[in-house]
Amino acid sequence: MDMQVNIAGVRWKNPVTVASGTFGSGEEYSEFVELGKLGAVTTKGVANIPWPGNPTPRVAEVYGGMMNAIGLQNPGIDLFCKRDIPFLRKYDTKIIVNVCGKSVEDYCEVVQRLAGEDVDMLEINISCPNVKEGGIAFGQNPKAAEEITKAVKKYAKQPVIMKLSPNVTSIAEMARAVEAGGADAVSLINTLTGMKIDIHRRSFALANKTGGVSGPVIHPIAVRMVYETAQAVQIPIIGMGGIACADDAIEMILAGASAVSVGTANFYRPSAALEIVEGIRGYMEKYGYEKVKDMVGLVK
Amino acid sequence: MADRKKERAQVVSQEMLADGIYSMWLQTEAAGTARAGQFISLYTNDAGKLLPRPISICETAKESGKLRVVYRVTGENTGTRQFSELKAGDRIDMLGPLGNGFPTGRAAGKKVFLMGGGIGVPPILELSRQIECGKKQIIVGYRDSQTFLRDEFEQQGEVYISTEDGSVGTRGNVMDTVKELGLDAEIIYACGPAPMLRAIKAYAEAGQIECYVSLEERMACGIGACLACVCKSKEKDPHSNVHNKRICKDGPVFLSTEVEI
Repeated sequence: MDMQVNIAGVRWKNPVTVASGTFGSGEEYSEFVELGKLGAVTTKGVANIPWPGNPTPRVAEVYGGMMNAIGLQNPGIDLFCKRDIPFLRKYDTKIIVNVCGKSVEDYCEVVQRLAGEDVDMLEINISCPNVKEGGIAFGQNPKAAEEITKAVKKYAKQPVIMKLSPNVTSIAEMARAVEAGGADAVSLINTLTGMKIDIHRRSFALANKTGGVSGPVIHPIAVRMVYETAQAVQIPIIGMGGIACADDAIEMILAGASAVSVGTANFYRPSAALEIVEGIRGYMEKYGYEKVKDMVGLVK
Repeated sequence: MADRKKERAQVVSQEMLADGIYSMWLQTEAAGTARAGQFISLYTNDAGKLLPRPISICETAKESGKLRVVYRVTGENTGTRQFSELKAGDRIDMLGPLGNGFPTGRAAGKKVFLMGGGIGVPPILELSRQIECGKKQIIVGYRDSQTFLRDEFEQQGEVYISTEDGSVGTRGNVMDTVKELGLDAEIIYACGPAPMLRAIKAYAEAGQIECYVSLEERMACGIGACLACVCKSKEKDPHSNVHNKRICKDGPVFLSTEVEI
């Protein structure tokens, strides 16, 4: 039995990565998780310059999930290249660098900088709901999404994954747009925009007023969107959104994802991603699947 | 080494100390290494309440492997309400000890203030037990006459009380006690609500007194990865590369001059 998957020409040892923003650049979680057992590590978004992020409170709990409005705090590409890439390179796993920006030029600057670095894939975040400019501005308009995909593809030396927002009328249309722009893969879903009000303080739970909802509560929405996207495009899909156990991950694969990403579950079960690797292996043994790709999109 | 993991601790005892304030002793491996000022992440047994509740360590008994948390129940249908319903023998998932404790070594031979306010009072108990210093002045502030942990503080040093309603000790907060009684110190350790810490920070900086404050903020991971629980730092932080520090990982205790409150 073979757990390996090929995502846009990059061979992962298994189909499980961790979702951008839930795992830093792996250092903190390396005390809890053997990073070399993950298919890939997806880093927190990095921009051309350091970003301070949003005011606090930045997180709130909702039943079955959570909300965040971190605001893409990051140390900037220079420190990231100097510190985070060498750290991750010590482990036998693929490195996916999540890239964020406020303008097409910002994204391209980071992508150009990463062209000379030893990383395996780029994930372009055009779907963060928590920053006013950039991010989501590209992720809710098919034309803008196609244009930014084309722009980053000019500079990218690694395969480009476009990370899609669920805060759209048709995610399939967005996926088709980035595929037309030359994307090598898509990842979905980012968080769903929500709001929580503290009724005792009569104020917003998050300083940013709105935040991205994640966790098990959004899983069925993510499965539906992965399915719709799988019907619309030929490029591989990395499925994410509320995956907390192997069953959730297998649902995503059966809906059409070639690989999966574990996010919020890391916060309450640091071992979640590795348990999911083992759970997928168990499922393949039970039902006699030789390769992960034999299961991808089986439910139509 | 990837050998840290969540632990399933056992509840040893549960007791209500004051309205909404509970004391819970846990049998846990964390007791062996925990220091004053560190915290543990406690997880509910409700799968719908995902995030850990960070709770400061009130006391440890290293030899018997026990650790005590004193916490406030924040409302009905909350995770802390569920914790308060646990009984001896029940299990609870936890992670810890987390964060950095109070730098107790700085106090040797010095006249100190150990200051706690509200639900910031409990970590001051373990600090008062561990710290070796000159004159030990424990100044604790409460809402009203329910002065939980007072008897235990009195075994550790000179205790001064403030209450918001004036029913016990000085009316006001811990800084009002300092002013009213004309107390002074060469080093300060404090935990409590932001307005109290802000006042202590201003007092310490005006008198050029070394001062350590323990901060809190909403957390998700508790280990420094998610960047939810940041505070503003005076200088650019070397890890974040911006003027933010992570309360869970770089704190929760900071030198008062390092942070903006």
